[in-house]
Amino acid sequence: MSRTETADPIKPANPHNAGPPLWLLAELTYRCPLQCPYCSNPLDFAQTEKELTTEEWVSVLRKGRKMGAAQLGFSGGEPLVRQDLAELIAEARHLGYYTNLITSGLGLTEAKVDAFAEAGLDHIQVSFQASDPELNNAVAGSRKAFDQKLAMARAVKEAGYPMVLNFVIHRHNIHQMNDIMSLCERLGADYVELATCQYYGWAFENREGLMPSKAQLVRAEQEVNQYRERLQQSGSAMKLIFVTPDYYEERPKACMNGWGNLFLTVAPDGTALPCHSARLLPIDFPNVRDMDLQSIWFDSPGFNHYRGDSWMPEPCRSCDEKEKDFGGCRCQAYLLTGNADNADPVCSKSSYHDRILAARKAADHATAGLTELVYRNADNSRLFFRG
Amino acid sequence: MHEVPRFRRGFRFQWEPAQESYVLLYPEGMVKLNGSAGAILNEVDGQRSVADIVTSLEQQFPDAGPLGKDVSEFLQDARQQHWIELS
Repeated sequence: MSRTETADPIKPANPHNAGPPLWLLAELTYRCPLQCPYCSNPLDFAQTEKELTTEEWVSVLRKGRKMGAAQLGFSGGEPLVRQDLAELIAEARHLGYYTNLITSGLGLTEAKVDAFAEAGLDHIQVSFQASDPELNNAVAGSRKAFDQKLAMARAVKEAGYPMVLNFVIHRHNIHQMNDIMSLCERLGADYVELATCQYYGWAFENREGLMPSKAQLVRAEQEVNQYRERLQQSGSAMKLIFVTPDYYEERPKACMNGWGNLFLTVAPDGTALPCHSARLLPIDFPNVRDMDLQSIWFDSPGFNHYRGDSWMPEPCRSCDEKEKDFGGCRCQAYLLTGNADNADPVCSKSSYHDRILAARKAADHATAGLTELVYRNADNSRLFFRG
Repeated sequence: MHEVPRFRRGFRFQWEPAQESYVLLYPEGMVKLNGSAGAILNEVDGQRSVADIVTSLEQQFPDAGPLGKDVSEFLQDARQQHWIELS
């Protein structure tokens, strides 16, 4: 495609020649009945003011689709808390999005499962916390969570949706891998995400109490590989996706496939973010209430902040892998070094890599029980912004 | 050749103007299809057999020569990826 130098008065400037945001994550609300101590929502979520209205969300969906977004996630918090969810699903499907509902299953009913199918919902992902009720409910901070999740997973399957079951894996449930996978197989999952905890938001606060040891991880990975082979031999279509924690890598992940490259998150209050964690960065991100989505994506300082590589200090600047991993994750750099410009300390070339090594060492000796974790709820959240 | 391909539930095939290509959408994922993959999957409607699809494509692309082998190999591959079912 040829680029012309003539400015188009309608199109916003696009200094980094960014492509379209193919993925749109609509975080409809931070409200949630669960209290998982690894929640990716911001620590001070309880401070967030008014949620976008139905009309404001519809406008975001229309603009995003026009820009080329094809995958849409309805997430939160718990998106089922929003009374207008069926309306938003119908609008999104009408626009041509592939619509994903990412839910805890709490607040879901068989009637809603059917109503959402009617509205055109393509897929439902149900999250679990463990393979047994006791541990599941302790992690979720809800006594009735597990039974409800089971019932809803069955209802989702019954209604004919493709089903993704998601388990966040940490040191308190990593011994359950085989039980988890066999539960998923019994429930008829199409995809199983075994996502080892990433340490942002609440999970960063609780890192010592969540991070598995290297030995635990190696064993879990073996169990997944063996199970995968078994599935393949039996011709099962269930896919296992095991996300390894980058704290045990020597090179960082290509976070979000690059900053402002594919992913656009809109938070409950309309703040637009290049990923759902980026709110913790000391960067002024635009809001869909004040700025057109197209200008936000292409032209705003927030979204252009880490595009390209001119922002990179050493060791990234002269690194021959910088186009592969973009220096890793900005949030991780900020949380671990205090400066989001730095190389992601996961990288062994980072002068802060010792902080990753220290976390690994701590994981070998951690003793904290579940009760010692900080649970994600409004009372605990207020502690973070009252100071 | 008599088998009828259809997309698995949860898989959606559509044209995306922003990407100037056909894509296959599925739970939390998207495959951008190249020209021939797009042309073949565009014929999948859950009604017509592999043989029908080959005939249709040979009419659309008369300069391409016989397409039977390529089309059935591609559809077998798509089945292995669990994108489609053949029945």
